[in-house]
Amino acid sequence: MNDEIRAILREHGRLSVDVSTLPDDGDLYQAGMTSHASVNVMLALEGKFDVEFPDRMLRRGVFESVASIRSAIQELTGAGAE
Amino acid sequence: MGSSPPTASRLEADTPPYPADIAVGTDLVLVSHVESSIANFGDRYLQRVYTEGELDYCLAQRDGPALHLAARFAAKEATIKALAPGVEALGWRSIEIRRRPGGACDVVLHGPAHLLARRRGVRRLAISMSHDGEYATAVVLAERRRTPPAEGRLRRKVPRGAYER
Repeated sequence: MNDEIRAILREHGRLSVDVSTLPDDGDLYQAGMTSHASVNVMLALEGKFDVEFPDRMLRRGVFESVASIRSAIQELTGAGAE
Repeated sequence: MGSSPPTASRLEADTPPYPADIAVGTDLVLVSHVESSIANFGDRYLQRVYTEGELDYCLAQRDGPALHLAARFAAKEATIKALAPGVEALGWRSIEIRRRPGGACDVVLHGPAHLLARRRGVRRLAISMSHDGEYATAVVLAERRRTPPAEGRLRRKVPRGAYER
């Protein structure tokens, strides 16, 4: 899943660094992602993973790293549920 | 340590006991990024970010919608910064930029943004938007109620019950 998230970040995140050099917990906003770019990332994630981010998840922390995005998608798809 | 020079914390201690009652937020958006979003995501982008009123106005502009949408996105983000939601979630449509007949704009808050502003003691928002060529920007000022004297500071100097019902 991380590779798919990174591909979306590469296409829509408008990062100022190569996303492949960022660790999973690297701060995407520090890496240059603007709030407007985060909207695009969200919409691309929704298309890729067939999910919809509810309003309660529209907060900065959800999109701040590859790891936080993965957690959010796992929550939405139930993939991470044990 | 006893004769250390003035520091930021020292200066802070010298300020009046009432916290500042103005918060400010600003944002800058590239118009071409909004154009790309429309091209890539179309209605999904428009409907998730902008209210019907905003779309009615922006989509009717002769010089195209992107410039005006970019200014509104900047205004929404500037409002979020001024409200400082922290870990709370705020949908973009909970912040609406509404244009008056004369051209001036107001920030109108809905749902979670309205509730957050109430909790923050915000009683008025003032907005200014601008655009030039490729860029759109906005500044939002939030005027907050003055916080009552903090617990344990002034309260100790007045008779118990003076601030209480």
